[in-house]
Amino acid sequence: MTELLAAARATLVRHGGAGHGLRFGLLLVVVLVVAAVVLIQRQRRKDRTTMEVASPTAASGDGGPTVAVVGLGEPIPSGHYHFKDLLRSEWTKLRTVRSTAWTLLITVVLGLGISAVATAETRSHWASTPAFQHVGFDPTATSLIGIFVAQFAVGALGVLAMSSEYSTGTIRATFSAAPSRLRVLAAKLLVFGVLAVVFAEAVSFASFFLGQALLTSPATHATLSSPGALRAVVGAGLFVAALGLLAMGLATMMRFTAAALSAFVGILLIAPLIVQALPTSLSQDIRRFLPDRIGATILTTTGSNPFAFSPWVGLGVLALYVVGVNVVGAVLLVRRDA
Amino acid sequence: MIEARGLTKHYGAKVAVDGLSFDVRPGVVTGFLGPNGSGKSTTMRMIMGLDAPTRGTVTVNGRRVGDLRWPLREVGALLEARAFHPGRTARAHLTMLAQTNRLPTRRVDDLLELVGLSAVADQRAGKFSLGMGQRLGIAAALLGDPGALLFDEPVNGLDPDGIRWVRHLLRGLAAEGRTIFVSSHLMSEMSLTADEVVIIGRGRLIEQVAIGDLLARSAHQFVRVRSPQAGALSDALEREGAAIVLEDDGSLSVRGLDATAVGEVAATLGATLHELSPQSASLEEAFMELTDSSVDYRGATTSPTPTEAP
Ligand SMILES: Nc1ncnc2c1ncn2[C@@H]1O[C@H](COP(=O)(O)OP(=O)(O)OP(=O)(O)O)[C@@H](O)[C@H]1O
Ligand SMILES: [Mg+2]
Repeated sequence: MTELLAAARATLVRHGGAGHGLRFGLLLVVVLVVAAVVLIQRQRRKDRTTMEVASPTAASGDGGPTVAVVGLGEPIPSGHYHFKDLLRSEWTKLRTVRSTAWTLLITVVLGLGISAVATAETRSHWASTPAFQHVGFDPTATSLIGIFVAQFAVGALGVLAMSSEYSTGTIRATFSAAPSRLRVLAAKLLVFGVLAVVFAEAVSFASFFLGQALLTSPATHATLSSPGALRAVVGAGLFVAALGLLAMGLATMMRFTAAALSAFVGILLIAPLIVQALPTSLSQDIRRFLPDRIGATILTTTGSNPFAFSPWVGLGVLALYVVGVNVVGAVLLVRRDA
Repeated sequence: MIEARGLTKHYGAKVAVDGLSFDVRPGVVTGFLGPNGSGKSTTMRMIMGLDAPTRGTVTVNGRRVGDLRWPLREVGALLEARAFHPGRTARAHLTMLAQTNRLPTRRVDDLLELVGLSAVADQRAGKFSLGMGQRLGIAAALLGDPGALLFDEPVNGLDPDGIRWVRHLLRGLAAEGRTIFVSSHLMSEMSLTADEVVIIGRGRLIEQVAIGDLLARSAHQFVRVRSPQAGALSDALEREGAAIVLEDDGSLSVRGLDATAVGEVAATLGATLHELSPQSASLEEAFMELTDSSVDYRGATTSPTPTEAP
């Protein structure tokens, strides 16, 4: 992460200061934010028109001897509550809190916005940079920097989807309605995981195409059939989604929002610094296991780092972390009092 | 029907619930009474399978809640006030719960209507007053039309209107044949709502008794006597086997003799009586007496002042 950002900054510096490309990028960010806010507001207005107009005191001012309870009017069905009922419930939970819309919005804005800024900026100073500096230019990675930054938003969403149940006490209602904790956890992971993958992939592809479109001639640009490009775009989405699931696992383990968020950010930002402080021989060997290097390798299509796993192996290592953290979380979830 | 057998919960060295056994029958409101920290909430969480008992078992309709096929349709619970995401609307909160047990969407509307939250159904629950939050919790408990219901201090923080509403609701639910278990640390509230009470202190069962029996037992518990010759009179009464307490206001509280006997002792002595009145300890005092040795946290003043019988 840090190293990739440094590379991006170097690219920008190499190609000169802020030009019309930066202005274009910022404009795009603003347009996207405005569009998203308008969409959210419109949805909310639509929700509000479905509101009923009954006085809340209608049932409260009851002075009679009993309050008749509306029966369900159907016998208890055969069978039992099913995993798909839990999936439906988890989806409702996820889409009915604002933090979901906000974090996804931030993902889009960062993903596309930073991508636009980085690529447009490169293009605008292409002609004024010496040719030898164009050699190592990685159009794919440059266009994917944004989605790579958006990992924090997706991670925050993963943490909150779990930790907010504890901080608000909703977890007691959840487990009262569905006492099978492992199934609830599985449903939560699956629903969030699918959302995260679909969304991160969409943003990843969108920022790739946007970035390449901005890298007009004479700047070099990539297509999906360029070596490593498709892998980088698909991999970036998977990488961010996997980090989201890792974050959710941390939240299951720790239950507190602040603790889980700190752990998540710590793994991505602090751990590399600590490892860097170790003797070089050791630090390079350890560094390859850290998610930030795994992510950087996935995005990169030019050259290769000898101190990194190859992209798919790296993704596999990350998947192991995700499984490990979530297994520990699941064991604690079952063992602990809710 | 809720059956607890030897229910025990340790939190580290702390014994929160200690070998609790009781039955909660359908068709009546069963109160769950105990001073602060006596283990009521812990017991309710164990009934719902949220906290694992250290020992013992508790079942609803013969099964552990964790083994129920449609938990919401069999048992509902209001465990704590405001147990919902403040950013979620009342409708969304109920909807996500309803979906877990495949309850129809109209059920959510019905319950919002029942608890009087229809008009604010699409507002974020974080803005709700304490009373509205409590109503939302009650709606969640009733969602699956369950035969058994637990309410942990449901009237906490409610205004008199709200308290009356809850009281009527509980009685109505019991009248429909449901099993109703409702905790409180106020005997006065229970005497108006419950038919039967399970009384605990320090996590132990003190007794399970019908409210009527408790009232009858505590009636005419002592006689208040006022006399200028209080000293001589109390000596004479003690010789007759009475237990005497000299109250702050100078009156005597006489236990072990009824008013007639006290009057006769006074007559024999030739003592002047300014007052001779049988007193009934209130339910609150009966409760305090029962739990006296098991109160965990008490204030500085502990001696109950007697009140007139109604
Ligand atoms: N999760 C926990 N960890 C440690 N101790 C606990 C926990 N929950 C409850 N206790 C302790 O167990 C005892 C019983 O608590 P509980 O909340 O069940 O009492 P209560 O009867 O509901 O009290 P109140 O009337 O104040 O609500 C208390 O001493 C409490 O401090
Ligand atoms: Mg309590």
